[in-house]
Formats: sequence, structure tokens, C-alpha cells
Amino acid sequence: MAKTLYDKLWNEHLVQKYDSNESLIYIDRHYLHEVTSPQAFEGLRYKNLSPWRLDANVATPDHNVPTIRGESFRVELIDDEVSKIQVVELDKNCNEFGIQQFDITSKEQGIVHVMGPELGYTLPGMTIVCGDSHTSTHGAFGCLAMGIGTSEVEHVLATQCLKITKLKNMQVCFEGELKPGVTSKDIALHLIKTIGTAGGTGHAIEFSGSYINSASMESRMTICNMAIEAGAKVGLIAVDGVTIDYVRDHSNLSEDIFNQAEIFWKSLHSDDRATFNKTLTIDVSSIKPQVTWGTSPEMTINFDDQIPRVSDVEEDQQENLKLAKSYMGLEGADRLQDLTFDRIFIGSCTNSRIEDLRLAANAVKGKHVSKDIIEAIVVPGSGMVKAQAEEEGLDKIFQDAGFFWRDPGCSMCLGMNPDQLKPYERCASTSNRNFEGRQGNLGRTHLMSPLMAALTAVNGKISDPS
Amino acid sequence: MSNTIIQGIVAIFDRDNIDTDQIIPTEYLKSIKKFGFGDYLFDGWRYLDQGQLGMTLDDREVNKDFILNQKPYDEAKILLTRNNFGCGSSREHAVWALRDFGFQAVIASSFGDIFYNNCFKNSVLPLKLTKQEINSLFMLANDNPLSFEIDLKGKELKVNSDLIIPFKVDINLVNRIIHNLDDVDITLQDKALIKDFEINYKVSRPWIFIENNKR
Repeated sequence: MAKTLYDKLWNEHLVQKYDSNESLIYIDRHYLHEVTSPQAFEGLRYKNLSPWRLDANVATPDHNVPTIRGESFRVELIDDEVSKIQVVELDKNCNEFGIQQFDITSKEQGIVHVMGPELGYTLPGMTIVCGDSHTSTHGAFGCLAMGIGTSEVEHVLATQCLKITKLKNMQVCFEGELKPGVTSKDIALHLIKTIGTAGGTGHAIEFSGSYINSASMESRMTICNMAIEAGAKVGLIAVDGVTIDYVRDHSNLSEDIFNQAEIFWKSLHSDDRATFNKTLTIDVSSIKPQVTWGTSPEMTINFDDQIPRVSDVEEDQQENLKLAKSYMGLEGADRLQDLTFDRIFIGSCTNSRIEDLRLAANAVKGKHVSKDIIEAIVVPGSGMVKAQAEEEGLDKIFQDAGFFWRDPGCSMCLGMNPDQLKPYERCASTSNRNFEGRQGNLGRTHLMSPLMAALTAVNGKISDPS
Repeated sequence: MSNTIIQGIVAIFDRDNIDTDQIIPTEYLKSIKKFGFGDYLFDGWRYLDQGQLGMTLDDREVNKDFILNQKPYDEAKILLTRNNFGCGSSREHAVWALRDFGFQAVIASSFGDIFYNNCFKNSVLPLKLTKQEINSLFMLANDNPLSFEIDLKGKELKVNSDLIIPFKVDINLVNRIIHNLDDVDITLQDKALIKDFEINYKVSRPWIFIENNKR
């Protein structure tokens, strides 16, 4: 029977099918960070267990880390005492259990979903989990990758398996070529606007089509990263030459093993006749730059469209719309271009890779951040991205334009470190969630591409990239 | 000990897409404990000031308009809401906060997938009903505070003597709640299966087991 990519990955890792709907699935790679792991390690200690397979695990602190660190930073220098405890705890746990960690002093440290692929820890066909919903990012490599809770982190540490129910299959075909000024982020936001934040719930979404085939690994990662915002904890893309070239550049496998693996990796695509529970085709050539106006990623519009009015939506959606507009302070605003912005954040596991920074730098080169903007920050996703960007002189371009060039971490995507919005501040952000308070208590987030955020920085307003 | 009946006051949240950032804001994820999140549940809506880990109810400026600050909902055991509850971040802290507050069940027409799984690990029942059923429950709620009874074994939601709604849920998942089972212990009973799998897998996919990073 013809199989989807998700079916193949599922079968490949199936240890046991139980009588109920659940199965035991073997996990190849487990990424850990400081926020969702301490209770899991505590659970191991309590049960007197060790990690099942040490080399499956890779850790790094990312959520809490300050992004102004410099060369000789040490964990003791974290100002926020509670954040410090969490980062210290990760150090302790990794040392005690023997888990490889790229700690806060390491040159490679970064957002786990940016760092992992760059260091070759993400390989095609793997099952990959992490106590972080944006683990779907790794699906870009033809992996079955998903976010899990802390109890499951403990379960994976202890058993190298997850006990889960199989998802349904959904296919989203992106066909055509993008207009100038449109990026993978716009494609992702457009999809979420179209199917809603529950549109992919219960499904693994496979992204395909001519646009995906032509997209870089960075763009593919952005799209799979946002699958969770469409409700799908798994997003994935077939392996092709682009995937294999990236992995060849980033992994350290011997030629023999690589060649053996490559034969298998090339089989990681859905069969021609595979059937999906849901399918959707989107013509990307007509998509404009997308910006969110509300407090859910589905509250997205074309950058130049009218913000929805209460009378524009169905009765059962009116309350949601009113709450969102009120929170976002949109009284009197007809379009997003009417709004003035306070802060700019270029970063996060969605958009902090080299391609994102090049795009943003190119847009601000020779220009200057608007005087209306309080602060514009660029936070590279990892030590590798930072070094690469500096080699290309992007740091200079950003700094000359009035941006702050920071050290790697999750930063203002969720404001667990000092990078936060103050109440009522409005932010143009390349991150993934515009939830209430996400970037700081009462802060107002508008999600967009790195290009749109860069232009918002220099113009102080949402503007036309074309 | 088993726990087959959930009974109590129903708190109503008439909105879609309540994400886990609303259930528990990021600030409180700095805790390294698995308990003690109840005072921070729905923090952004429940208080007028900005909180920090370690603060208690007495330290806070309470939003009196918020349902969980009103009687009898301050002792609610069941949360009734609309679509896509618990979407967003995978933080299990969201379930810990609901549990620590006293919630034993959440009723919605759909849930975020990761949140849904997390619930069963912490003896909180995520109960999926149809949109029509949810609508009918909201209609009742317009009048008086509601009290429901959920029979986990019988798979029935008893609203009152006239209205009983049967529901479907995976029996193995419900058994985890009834018997407070720990997944790690259960899976480790299949240790041999995992070992066997690994032996064969190592032969066919050796690259998975190679120290691979390019540093």
C-alpha cells in the first residue's frame, strides 16, 4: 500500500503497537533546554533511573539566557536569580547524567532548533523530540519531529521511546513562485490565516509543491516551525537534493556511512499514490506580505488590507475579535499602516538563521532605524549564525543602521530573559506567537517576516516592500 | 486509590484558542518544580498587576471581574470553554497550574495536541464534546452557576437529571487518570522489546548511533 512520508517514519520507528490507540515509538534524537527539563531529571532521580541512551541527547540553554553577554560571560553573571537557577540546574543535570551540553559559555550555544541542524545532530529520517513545541522545525529534514511535555521528556530520557497515538495525514501543496518581497514566513502566516490555528490539529502536515522544492533549508525550517501555529505538532518535508547537500555540509559522518545513509534518505518521501486525510493546494504567486493584527497567529491579513471589523465576521467570532482588538489597542486604526511601532525584534527559532539576517540586513543597508522606534534588536539564532553573519559584515550593517546586535537565545520571542516589551508597547516581531503577554505583560506583538520587520524599523510603520 | 467521578462547579470561558501562555505566562516557567503553580493560573487575566514567581495571592492586585476571583467559581473543578483550548507552547506547566488550582477536567470542542497529551499525565481530564453539545452547555450556563458530574468509567457527563451526555475517550488514557498510573513505569515493563528493536535498528541505521556533530 502506498504510504505517506509520515507513515514511513512511523513504521520505521514502531517498537510496539498496543491494544489501545497507542504505540511505542523509538526516539533517535532528544534535544533539551533549561526550561522544560529540570522536573524530568528530578523524576529520573526519584525513580533511580539513568538515561537510556546518552548519545541521543543534546542540550543547550536558550530560553533564559541574556543576549548581552560578550566574550567572557559565565552563568554566575545572569542577573535574574530565578533564570540563573534554571541555567545552573541544566549544567548540573547534564554533568550528573553525562549529557552533552553546549553551555552558556560555548561558542555553539544557541536556540536548540537552530543549533541542532547546524551541528549535524538533525539527520533525515530521525524521530526528534524536545520539550518545546517548535521542535516541528526539524521536520524540514524529512524527520518526524514534535514538541512534548515534561512528563514525556522524562519518559524519553528513561525509555528512549514515546507512547503516542498516530496522527492523521494532511498535505499542503505550495505551488508557484513568490512575488518579490514575499518570504517563507509569509507563506506560513498565510496558511495559518487560511486554515486557522486548529486547522492542523490531530494531523501531521506534509508540505510539498514546486515552491517547497525550490526553497532553501532555512525557508523549509521556517515553514515546518510554524506548523504548530496551524495546530499540527508535526510538520514535515520530503528529503531531496537540497536536504542532502545541507546535511553533507553540516554532519560529520564518514563517507561510507554517509553514502549508505543517503540511499535510505532518498526513500524519505510520500509515495505517488499515498492518500492523505486532508489536502490543500495554495498558489503562492498571489500571496502578499502577511502581518498579524490580533492575538492569535490566525489573525493575519495582507500588510495593506483593512483590519477586520466586528461586522465583517460571523456572530460566533465577534467576541474573539473584540477581545483581540481591544488588547492590541486598535481602536481607530483602519489599517496596519496606521500604527506606530515602539520596538523591533529580529530573531527566534522561526527567523534567526543566516538567510533571515541577510534579508533584513539588505533592507536596512545605508538606512537608519526610525526615531520613533525605542529599540531595534537583532538576535542571531546560534553562535554559528552569529559568526557567519559577522564574517559577512551583517553585524556592521545592522549597527550602522542603529540596531543592537546581540548574543544568541530565544530572547524577545517569549521574554523569559530581560528582552521584553513594556505594557502597551507595539513590536514588529519575526517570532511565531502574538499571544497576549507573550513578549511581555500587556505587550502588543505583530508577527511578520524579517524583511517586513526591517522595513518597519527604518520607516517606523508597516510599509510596502515592493 | 481510584478516582472515577469528577464532580464540581463549572467555570465558563467563552472564547476560542485559549493558549498555554494565557493559562500560565512564561515568567512562571522559571520554576524548577512540578507543583505550586495554582496562584499563577490565568495570571494575565486574574490580576491587575504584573506577578513574579514566588508571589502569592496576598501580594497581588486581584481583578474582581475575572470569573475565578468570584464565588463559587473560585472553587471550580471543571472548566468549560470553546475551541482549541491549550494551543501553542508545549509547557506542561499549563496543566500543572490547572491541577494546582483544583481543576480536574476541561471541557472543549477541541484541544491543542500537546496540551491534550499532557493532561493525562497529570490526572486532568480533557473532555472533547461536539460544538453543538458545547453550545447547549453554554446556553444553560447563562442562568445559574452549573455543577457537573463526570463519570469516567461510565463515560457520561451528567449536567442535571434531564441531561446526560455520553462521551468517547481512549480507555487506556482514562485508566491513567483513574489509577494515577505513571507511563515510565508501564513502558519499562517492555524494556526487552525496546532492546530488541534497538539491536536491529543499530544494524540497519548505524548513523543514528554515531557521535555525529561537526564542531
